[in-house]
Amino acid sequence: MINLPLLPILIPLLSAVLLMFFPKRIKAQRIIAMAGITGTIIAAIVLTAEVKANGIQTLNLGSWPAPYGIPLVSDMLSVLLVLTSSILTFFVVWYAMIYMDESYERFFFYIGVMFLLTGINGAFTTGDIFNLFVFFEVFLIASYLLIVLGGKKGQLRESIKYLLINVISSALFVTAVAYLYSVVGTLNMADVSQRIDELGSPGIITVIAIFFLIVFGLKGAIFPLYFWLPGSYSAPPIPILALFGALLTKVGVYSIMRTYTLFFYHDQGYTHEILAVLALLSIIVGVIGAIAYRNVKTIIIYNIVIAVGVILYGVAAMTPAALEGAVFYLLHDMVIKAALFLLVGIMIAIAGASHLNKMGGMIRDYPRIGWTYFVAALALAGIPPLSGFVGKLLIVQGGFETGDMVGPLLVLLSSLMVLYSAMKIFMNGFWGTPKEYHGAKAHLANRLWVPAAALVLIAIAYGVGSEAVYPFIQMAVEPLIDPAVYIEAVLKE
Amino acid sequence: MKNKPNDLILQTVTTMISFIIILFSIHLFFAGHYTPGGGFIGGLMTAAALVLLLLAYDIKTLNTILPFNFRMMTAAGLLIAVLTGAGALLFNQPFLTHAYDYFELPLLGETSLHTAVLFDIGVYLVVIGVTMTIIQTIGESE
Repeated sequence: MINLPLLPILIPLLSAVLLMFFPKRIKAQRIIAMAGITGTIIAAIVLTAEVKANGIQTLNLGSWPAPYGIPLVSDMLSVLLVLTSSILTFFVVWYAMIYMDESYERFFFYIGVMFLLTGINGAFTTGDIFNLFVFFEVFLIASYLLIVLGGKKGQLRESIKYLLINVISSALFVTAVAYLYSVVGTLNMADVSQRIDELGSPGIITVIAIFFLIVFGLKGAIFPLYFWLPGSYSAPPIPILALFGALLTKVGVYSIMRTYTLFFYHDQGYTHEILAVLALLSIIVGVIGAIAYRNVKTIIIYNIVIAVGVILYGVAAMTPAALEGAVFYLLHDMVIKAALFLLVGIMIAIAGASHLNKMGGMIRDYPRIGWTYFVAALALAGIPPLSGFVGKLLIVQGGFETGDMVGPLLVLLSSLMVLYSAMKIFMNGFWGTPKEYHGAKAHLANRLWVPAAALVLIAIAYGVGSEAVYPFIQMAVEPLIDPAVYIEAVLKE
Repeated sequence: MKNKPNDLILQTVTTMISFIIILFSIHLFFAGHYTPGGGFIGGLMTAAALVLLLLAYDIKTLNTILPFNFRMMTAAGLLIAVLTGAGALLFNQPFLTHAYDYFELPLLGETSLHTAVLFDIGVYLVVIGVTMTIIQTIGESE
C-alpha cells in the first residue's frame, strides 16, 4: 500500500466532505466524525509500524517524481505527531459531544474539526514547503470557523484579531517561501536543503531563516509574537480551546523544528542563538503570565507559551540529547495540555465561571476530577516518573552539553513555577471551603471526566513507558541531526 | 417605499448575455485540458453569469431558475474531486495519478478521455458553489 502516508490526511478529508451533505443531522454527524477519526488513528498506527520497520516512507503525489512533484514524507517525527494529533482529536471530540450545545453541533462543528485534522496531519506530513503553506491555510480556515462559532461578543472581537494576525502571517509565509525559491529555485524540502548546502549557505539564507522564524513564531506563539494568544484562545468554548491549545501552536513549533534542522543549520551561531534567546524569553514571559492570572483558562494558556519556549530551547541547542528531549516534550505537551484544558473545562462547567475566586472545595463533591487534575498537574510540571520528566531532563542535559549554563537552569526553574501555577488551580479550586455552584453544565461533570481521564492515563503511560517509547524518539531525531537521511529518503538517487 | 429602479436595459441584456457567458465558461472548462482554462476559471465565469442574473433580478428569481442548494453543490464537487484522486488508490498508484486513453466516439471521432476531467468537474462545482454561497450570504442581509 504505497499510499499509506496519505491516509491520515485523506480519511478526515473524506469524512468532512461526507458530513457536509447533512449538516443538521447531529446523530449522523457524530457517528461519521468519530468513525473518521478512528479510521485516521488506525491508519496512523499502521503507518507508524511501517516507518519503524522500513524507515522513512515517501509518496510522490500524482506520480510526479521528486523534486518536481509534491511529495508526502512520513518520517518518524511526522508520524508520531500525526498519531498524537489524531488520538487527541478523538478524545476532544468525545468530550465535545457531551459538552457542546446542540446549536454548535448543528453549525458545522464536526465539519470544522475534520478539516482542522486534515490540515494538521497534512502540515506534519508534507515534504514541500509551499504545500506546507497550503495545509496551514486548510487548518487556519477551519480554525476561523471554530473560533467564531457561537458568535458571542467576545468571540467576534477576538476572531477579528485572530483573523488579522493569521492573514498577515500567512502573507509573510508566502513572501518567505518566495524569497527562498528565488535563491534556491525549488520548493521540495529535501531539494531545498541540498541546494542550500551546495550554495554554501550565503548570507541571504540567514535572513530568510529569520523571516521563517517570524512566520512560524507568530503561529507557534514565541516571545514577542505570542501577544494574540491569551486573548484569542480564551474566546472559544473549551473543547475548541483544547484542540487549538494542544495542536495549532505545535504545528508552528514543528515547522520551526523542521526548517531549522533541515534548511538553516549552517549559521547556527546566529540563527540558533536568536532562537535560544527568544525561547528563554518565552519561558520567562509565560511564567509571569501563568503566575499572575487567576483565571483558570488564562493560566493554562500561558503554560502553552512556557512549553513552546522549553521545546524550542531544545531545538536551538541542536545536540542529539536536546533534540530527543524536544521531540519527547513536544508529544508530552500535546497530550497533557489537551487533558488539562478538558479538566479545567469541567471545573468551569461546575462553577459556571472561569475565575478562581468563584471556585473552591470542589474535591468534596468531585473527588475523581480533583485527583485526576492533581496527577495531570504533576505531569505538566515534569515530576518523575510522569511524562514531562524525561523530555525536560534531556533538554537540560543537551543545554549543558553546549556549555550554556543560564538556559538549562531557567528551564529547571520554570518547572517549579509551572508546578506552582498548576497547583494554584488545585489549591484554590479543589481545596478550601466548598461554595454553592450554579454551573448550567454541572450535571455533566462525571461524564466529561471520562475522556479527560483517558488522556491523563495516556500521559501517564507515556511517562512510565518512556523506555518503550525511546527507540521511536531516537528514530524521529535521526533526520533532524543528519539532514542527509531525509534527503536520501526523498530524492532516492 | 422605494421606487422600483428602471433596469429594463440591464434585464434584457442579461437574459441574452448570461447564456453567452455560460457557454463561453463551458468552452473554457474543456479548453483547459491542453490550453489555458480549466475547472477553476470555468466555474468562476459561470458564477459570474449567475451573479449577473442576481444583480439584474433578485435571489428569488435566481432560485426559481436554478433551484440548487449551492452548499450541497460545493459538497458534491469536493466529493467528486477527492474520489477521483482517491480512485488511484484502487490501482495502488499514488494519490491523484490520472489515466487517459483514446476512444472512438460517435460524431466526435477519435477522442482522448482523461480522468482529470472528472477532477475538474469537481473543482468547477466547488467554485460555483462557494462563490454563490458567499454572494448569497452577503446579499441576504439586505
